[in-house]
Formats: sequence, structure tokens, C-alpha cells
Amino acid sequence: MSPTNYLLLSGLLFTVGAIGVLVRRNAIVVFMCIELMLNAVNLSLVTFARMNGQLDGQVMAFFVMVVAAAEVVVGLAIIMSIFRTRRSSSVDDANLLKY
Amino acid sequence: MNALAQVAPLTAPPIDYAAIAPLLVVLGGACVSVLFEAFLPRHQRWPAQVALSVLVVAVAGIALGVYAGSAPVAGIVTLASALTVDGPTLFLWGTLLVLGFGSLLLIADRSVEPGGAFIASAVERASVAAAPGTTTGPTGVDPEHVDRSYGAPGEAPTMQTEVFPFVLFALGGMMAFVAANDLLTMFVALEVLSLPLYLVCGLARRRRLLSQEAAVKYFLLGAFASAFFLYGLALLYGYAGSVKLVAIATAAVGTPKSDALLFGGLALLVVGLLFKGSVGPFHTWTPDVYQGAPTPITAFMAACTKVAAFGALLRVLHVAFGSTHWEWRGVMWVVAIASMAIGAVLGLTQTDLKRMIAYSSVAHAGFLLLGVMAITREGVSSTLFYLLAYGFTTLGVFGVISLVRTADGEATHLSQWAGLAKRSPILAGVMTFLLLGLAGIPLTSGFTAKFAVFSAALGDGMAPLVVIALVFSAVAAFFYLRVIVLMYFSETPEDGPTVTVPGAFTTVAVTLGVVVTLLLGVAPTLVLGWAGAGGLTG
Repeated sequence: MSPTNYLLLSGLLFTVGAIGVLVRRNAIVVFMCIELMLNAVNLSLVTFARMNGQLDGQVMAFFVMVVAAAEVVVGLAIIMSIFRTRRSSSVDDANLLKY
Repeated sequence: MNALAQVAPLTAPPIDYAAIAPLLVVLGGACVSVLFEAFLPRHQRWPAQVALSVLVVAVAGIALGVYAGSAPVAGIVTLASALTVDGPTLFLWGTLLVLGFGSLLLIADRSVEPGGAFIASAVERASVAAAPGTTTGPTGVDPEHVDRSYGAPGEAPTMQTEVFPFVLFALGGMMAFVAANDLLTMFVALEVLSLPLYLVCGLARRRRLLSQEAAVKYFLLGAFASAFFLYGLALLYGYAGSVKLVAIATAAVGTPKSDALLFGGLALLVVGLLFKGSVGPFHTWTPDVYQGAPTPITAFMAACTKVAAFGALLRVLHVAFGSTHWEWRGVMWVVAIASMAIGAVLGLTQTDLKRMIAYSSVAHAGFLLLGVMAITREGVSSTLFYLLAYGFTTLGVFGVISLVRTADGEATHLSQWAGLAKRSPILAGVMTFLLLGLAGIPLTSGFTAKFAVFSAALGDGMAPLVVIALVFSAVAAFFYLRVIVLMYFSETPEDGPTVTVPGAFTTVAVTLGVVVTLLLGVAPTLVLGWAGAGGLTG
């Protein structure tokens, strides 16, 4: 199969993730959509590595995974702390800061 | 298996330790700081952490000074060409270290409010529920934490000292960010600087709901933006076969591959960077986070994050995309104009001082873009100078804001600042001077910086943009003047805020901001010379 198809799939996954971030209201789901975007990037990195005949892209995918894991730790901690005080993880409920 | 056997044995890349010593000192100090947090008893942490942080920044500064004295003008590339240490890197490292020092002083201060901005005491929690704007939450006091003791009863409450390792890690990330020579290092550094910042935004206990909301918004939007940065990285890797900035520049000149990958990658990458610099249409997080975060952290973000983001943007656009600047400059014009317009116009409508300064930072980001877009030596040096000048003025402004308080905490609503000059002429005078610096009045650093950036932009053929920028400077000056008029010519309200007498730490930080704002306005030659000492090394 042509590697281009994987790039298309990666672009599609990235778009799905980006749309999810914009339309979903639960902070955890928004965060999962961001993770989907990062994984879409991993797929395209690996595909480009194959197309370029290098290993660099695969190594970069490992870096991205480690960073994504660190981001999960921080993100869940923040979302949990706001859930404890508000009993809600909807991004629409957090609306004290405006104008 | 055979493929693996053919790979040549790995040789360790040479490392120029003298050049990267400041970075290593800051990151190493952050690790020691984590150990302090883990093993010291609670009452010893504050003095130990403050001493360590100041020591780390001082040692890093000395290491930087020693290296800069003998550094090759052309700059070096070290750590398997992951980091570039050249003139702009050294200048930005110095700027970050001094601004970080000032922010650490604001963070460490416990005299302005008992326990500091990061108080962790259960006693103080009861007042959180009563604070205005925070009563809408279902639960004001969290019963789980009430019994956690951060100090003996009757004693002054201690602060949460976790903030020190976070700030040191963020500072280390920023230093790596501005020196990154490839996009992968840049991405990792971006996360190292961002993740601690997301956390410290949510650390305030007095206006907890606002602070946590700021943290959630900053985190979700920041992670969204870094995903864009990363997709841009992937596309550029596909285009150039490497993520090194120089390799991208080489590939852009002569490959048969489609330019869609190159410019698609550039666009996504730049969106991630512009987000961090709170530029133009990507600024939406800025007012909320600046308002919600504890004021010392806002000072740190406003000063240092701006320096880091624009340092990295400068490197990407000049080193990797300098040869193709005719292709992307039109789009950046639009972004710069949008940023100046949004900052200047929306800044006029704000009633909260911290939000107003946030919009002012959006407008300043637009002015900074003028310098970044000028692909010349003057473009680099004027941007560096602007970052230094803006950082110190903002640091001073937030230091002053943290001093005006009511019983509920900081009085950031504009109406509360009415007639402040009658109550505290010195504070009003300092604030007036700093605001005039932000507006860019002659004899302040703001004027010199704007002059440098605008002349660099003129020199690279952007005259129409400079005219637009001048118009928006005038519009933005109006809302700074509005605060000054309010302080001097309005009646003092009955239940107005009180002005706290600052302790040594805040006094030093604000003085630093005022002195640098004045010196760079009166005698900028020396620093302008440093900023122009060396070009970017590819």
C-alpha cells in the first residue's frame, strides 16, 4: 500500500481531534482529543521516516510519546483539582474569567 | 538483524560544557529543589528554597558572564547540534536569568500578604469562600484539605514551596527553547517550559476558583497549540528529511518536493509559537490566564514566556525560513496588524487592570513581530532589545499591582485605583512611569525599543506596516493614560484599597523594573551593543 494513504489517515485523525477539541465540552474528552492529535502526528512521523528511508522519524515518535505521557500527568492533575472544587469537569462551567 | 549489524558503532557527541553551563546549572538546581521539597521539614523549606533559587540564578549568571567574555563571535553548535550558543542565545539567556530572578523575588515575597501568594494554610481557606467572584462554586471550602497543617496554630502561615522547582524548570525550558537548533529539541523545551507553568497558574489558594480556571484554560489551549506545533514539525520532517533548522533552509532552496509540505508545516509550527507569545488571533488565553493566575506568576509569564517564545520564533523564521521570507511575510503582516488592533482596541474596553496589561502584551507582541519579520541583523538585535525592555517594565507593573489590596486580596478593578495618588504618591508615581514606559514615551525604554524595532522594519521595506504600528501605538497609549488620569484626577472611593508597604523582595523587583526602564531609555547604547554583538548561527 502506498505510504501516502497513511499520511491521509494521519491528517484525518488530526482533524477529528482538532474538531473534537472545539466541539466537546467535557475537559477530559477535550484532553483525549488532544492526545488523538499527538498520535496522528506520530503516525505521520513514522510514515515520513519510511518514505525518507531513515530512522529519525521513528525516534521522534518516541519523544512525542514521552512528552504526551508527561502532559497526561499534568493535565489530569489540573482537571482533577478543578473537579474537586466545582464537582464538574465541563469547560463551560468554568466561566468566572471574562471581560 | 542484518540491518542492525551494519550500523556503525555510536560515538558520543562532543559537548561544550562551558557554553551550556548556565542551562545545566538551572536544570540541575531545579532537580535539587525537588529533593528539598521531598526531604526537608515544612518550616525549613521556604528559606532553603529561596536561598537555592537565588543561588542557582546567580551561579548561572556568573557562568554565562564568564563564557560570554570569551565566546567566539560566530557562535557554536553543540550537543550533537541540538543547541546553538551564539550572540542572540547569550543575550536571551541573560535576559531570562535576570527577569527570572526578579520574578522569583516576587514569588518568594511573604510580606505583602501573610504567607505569600502561594499560601497553603487551612485558616486562610475560609476567606476564599467569601471572596467576591468565587462564591458561585458548589463548594467553597474543600473538607478534604482542611486538616492539612502547614504550620503551627498561631504562627504565621507558610507558603507552598512547590512553586520554586516549577519556576526553575520553566526557566530551564525557556533557556533551552531559545537555543534549540532543531525542531525536536524545540518541542521538548516547549513542553518543559509549559507544563510547570500550567501547574503554577493553579496554585493560588486565596482566589482558588479563578486560579484553577486559569490553569485549565491555559492547559487545554496550550496542549492544543503544541499539537499544532508538532504536526508542523512532522510536515517539515517529511519535506526536508530532517528537523534541523539549517537542513530545512537548505531543502527549501532546492528540492523538487511540493511546497505544500513546507508552507503547511511552517504555518502550523508558527501557530504553536505565536500562541506561546500571545500574538494576535492566538491570544485568547492571555487575558483569562493573566487575570486568574497569582500575580507573581503572571509577572513571570508575561516577562519570561514572551522572551522565550519570541526568541524561538526569531530563530525559526531567520535560520530556517529566512531564504523564503517573501512567501510568508504577507501572512505575517496580517497577523501583526491583527495583534496590534486586538490588543489596542480591546485593551480600551477593559475594567480589570491585569486584563488590561494582558491586552497590552498582545499589542506589544504585534510590535515585536515587526522586528522578527525584518530578516536583517537589525531585525534580530532590535527584537532582542525590545524583549529586554518590555520584560522589565512588565515585571515592575505586576510588582506594583500586587501591592494595592483590599481585605479580599488584590484590588485589580480599575475603579479601585481611583485617586490612588492622594493616598500613596510614590506608588502612583512608579506606576505612572512604568505605564509611560509601556506606552513608549521618550526617556523610557519603551521608546528606544519601539524606535529600534520600527527602524529595523523600515530598513527591510515594511514602511506601510510601520505607519500602521505607529497609529496603534497611539491608540494603545490612550488606555495607559486612562489609568494615570484615574490615579491622579479622580475622587478616592470610601472603601478604597490600601497600599501595602512592600518587603525587601518586592521592593528590589520593582526597583529593578523601574531602573532598567529608565536606564534603557536614557542610555541604551551599551545594551544595544550587546544585542547586536552577534548574528544567529545556523
